[in-house]
Amino acid sequence: MSKRLINIIVPIIAVILGLLAGAIIMMITGYNPVDGFSALFYGMFGEVFYAGETIRQLTPYILSGLAVAFAFRTGLFNIGVEGQVLVGWLASVWVGLAFDLPKIIHLPLAILAAVAAGAMWGFIPGFLKARFKVHEVIVTIMMNYIALHVVNHIIRTVLTKGAERTPDVPQSALLKSPMLELMSDYSRLHWGILIALFGAFLMWFILEKTTRGYELRSVGFNHHASEYAGMNVNRNIILSMVISGAFAGAAGAMEGLGTFGYASIKGGFTGIGFDGIAVALLGGNTAVGIILAAILFGGLKVGALNMPLETGIPTELVDIIIALIIFFIASSYIIRWALTRNSKKGVK
Amino acid sequence: MDYVIEMLNIRKEFPGIVANDNITLQVKKGEIHALLGENGAGKSTLMNVLFGLYQPEQGEIRVNGNRVNITDPNVANKLGIGMVHQHFMLVDKFSVTENIILGSEPSKAGQINMKEAIMGVRQLSEQYGLSVDPNAKISDISVGMQQRVEILKTLYRGAEILIFDEPTAVLTPQEIKELIAIMKTLIKEGKSIILITHKLKEIMDVCDRVTVIRKGVGIGTVNVPETNPNELASLMVGRDVVFKTVKKDANPKETVLDIQDLVVKDSRGVASVNGLSLNVKAGEIVGIAGVDGNGQSELIEAITGLKKSESGKVSLNGKEIQNMSPRKITRSGIGHIPQDRHKHGLVLDFPIGENMVLQTYNQQPYSKNGILNYKNIYEKARTLIKDFDVRTPSEYTLARALSGGNQQKAIIGREVDRDPDLLIAAQPTRGLDVGAIEFVHKRLIEQRDRGKGVLLVSFELDEVMNVSDRIAVIYEGKIVAIVNPKETTEQELGLLMAGSTAGKKAGEEANV
Repeated sequence: MSKRLINIIVPIIAVILGLLAGAIIMMITGYNPVDGFSALFYGMFGEVFYAGETIRQLTPYILSGLAVAFAFRTGLFNIGVEGQVLVGWLASVWVGLAFDLPKIIHLPLAILAAVAAGAMWGFIPGFLKARFKVHEVIVTIMMNYIALHVVNHIIRTVLTKGAERTPDVPQSALLKSPMLELMSDYSRLHWGILIALFGAFLMWFILEKTTRGYELRSVGFNHHASEYAGMNVNRNIILSMVISGAFAGAAGAMEGLGTFGYASIKGGFTGIGFDGIAVALLGGNTAVGIILAAILFGGLKVGALNMPLETGIPTELVDIIIALIIFFIASSYIIRWALTRNSKKGVK
Repeated sequence: MDYVIEMLNIRKEFPGIVANDNITLQVKKGEIHALLGENGAGKSTLMNVLFGLYQPEQGEIRVNGNRVNITDPNVANKLGIGMVHQHFMLVDKFSVTENIILGSEPSKAGQINMKEAIMGVRQLSEQYGLSVDPNAKISDISVGMQQRVEILKTLYRGAEILIFDEPTAVLTPQEIKELIAIMKTLIKEGKSIILITHKLKEIMDVCDRVTVIRKGVGIGTVNVPETNPNELASLMVGRDVVFKTVKKDANPKETVLDIQDLVVKDSRGVASVNGLSLNVKAGEIVGIAGVDGNGQSELIEAITGLKKSESGKVSLNGKEIQNMSPRKITRSGIGHIPQDRHKHGLVLDFPIGENMVLQTYNQQPYSKNGILNYKNIYEKARTLIKDFDVRTPSEYTLARALSGGNQQKAIIGREVDRDPDLLIAAQPTRGLDVGAIEFVHKRLIEQRDRGKGVLLVSFELDEVMNVSDRIAVIYEGKIVAIVNPKETTEQELGLLMAGSTAGKKAGEEANV
């Protein structure tokens, strides 16, 4: 079996195993798995409203998955996507509220602000890694907490006077579209999905087609050889984190300008950044894989809401299934081993 | 005649390549049997089949006359087959004994009986004359000692047949002598040894019989006393091999590289290149002879821009290049075959094709306006693969999958193709077989004959003496002598390398 084929089959098997394990848990806890799964899938795509909500949910997942994958492909672990999402979210809303401009300028400006904020939040760990060899995992984790509390502080004291949330962003800066909402039976579907898909294209293009991407991948695989070949290793480490952060910032704009249209004080993390790690992992850190993985995770999260209504199965079951899928991916060595063993027997 | 190991008509395929085709290997009890072949000939594959890491597609294996099915290394261990790996499989932070018992610990009620283990190890060590301290930590002992721990590991598990995978590659000359003595003791104690190697001298010194494989095919088995290195080399490569490199006299012209009073500090802040001066002219090969650690690496790193120089001048074609970026230096006309091809020479997880443009990817025709042109990149790669005889299933194969010799050929192809005025070759033949060594030397001389300068750094005296037109001896960061390879002897060079400045006279005395 070719390596490429195995790389595609392994995540599929992991998903199937995860769903199977979910079915077993449903049975043990006294629910009918057929009913449970049909409610789950109906809640994903069964009605246009659900389909709209699924797409809305998976939009930031694509971008946060891209953020994690981009860093990973260049040899870095960006655990700070969560914080970069938060600062991106805040920046998009801030620009949305601060200016009064025609939509054609205002919306791109607000999105760019989010991208720039995320990029800046990624620059710091990138710079510290390049300049002082501080490990990016530690810095990005700390930066998540800094982001959470700084964003809350700015919302409370700068953007409002002690309120829990900002006013709504004016229509001129919103990704929300009355037309899309109408078409999808008043779901919160917005234009962000186009940006997310463009982001996936952009990641593929940068990494695979440009000299810059060649350098980034080279540095990721072997920074000694890259230095020998004349590449500036430190600049590439910083650039990688900046681009990664930019994707994460864009994910924040999806929430700030699309789903919600405002920013609010948060007691904890949104989970978008951390789910991005799972999406990137399941998607094999490739652009197409991430889109597919985001569809699955977005669908599961939205579909889960329908399960208690129809069958009484708690939504947490979906979290268990997602966790199990990640578990099976992480232990993909076993799946690979089984696959190659079987194919060997086939030869004999 | 009784054979302890028989591997009959073994065939092993990998996708796109037949690694072993109809190979037969029969080892007698109590002999040292060499397995000889070029890099990538399939020696390691065959041994991995014997050790149970691979399953053969065809053929059978017999141990002591009984047909066996070796499905994994545990089965091999039980049959008394032990492998001393080239890359040691040791836990650095563990003691010698802890490493040896790992996986078969003597235990009482769930507790490891260390006393018994240490005694067992000590007794084995004495029996075979290994003099290993059972309590030493792996990270504290020398490479040669670590290898002995690997040997003890197999003996502790009751191995009767020991496979040595290129055991001398990592050893100093003194350690090699000791290893040979150990191997002879093992034979005296009734063990049998399979020695994987491509060093003909070792075979002639210690082995009883030798089985040759070439490009995955078994060529045959010969008795060592009835053969000679020339015959073995031609059996291995498939043609006659010239040991003495043939070359015309050098025709040096203007100075290409000029180094004046260069000082370079190593990572600990010690000046390991300490006021070194040297020049290389167009159309000559200058060989740097010296014991490892006398500033060779730092010198090259300083010339190529990988390390900062503290003071002094490095000029290429009259232009000062010291402390410029590696890219600028590369572009101004230096090619560099690095000492560590895995660390510096290649991005192992890139296809071999992408490795061919590691320095030139952002130049036309490989890219335009920052967009890569894969068609041109792979076309270039195909040309270089063909011209430099890089044996690879395709240009899309990951560099990691190639054998060491083919990786080296790829690097040489890439560096020579940029047509540099100065080619720096650091240990260019380390770990290569005679065929590949001949190829590398030819290419270096070819560059010289085309009027380019070549700077060769090597720890192998034979190589320096054979290939160079001038030999510069480096000692403690300085060039202490420049000698003519035609007029010098190994003894003289050896003494100069050891810091003796008395020169020729002392050499003669030492000879007595």
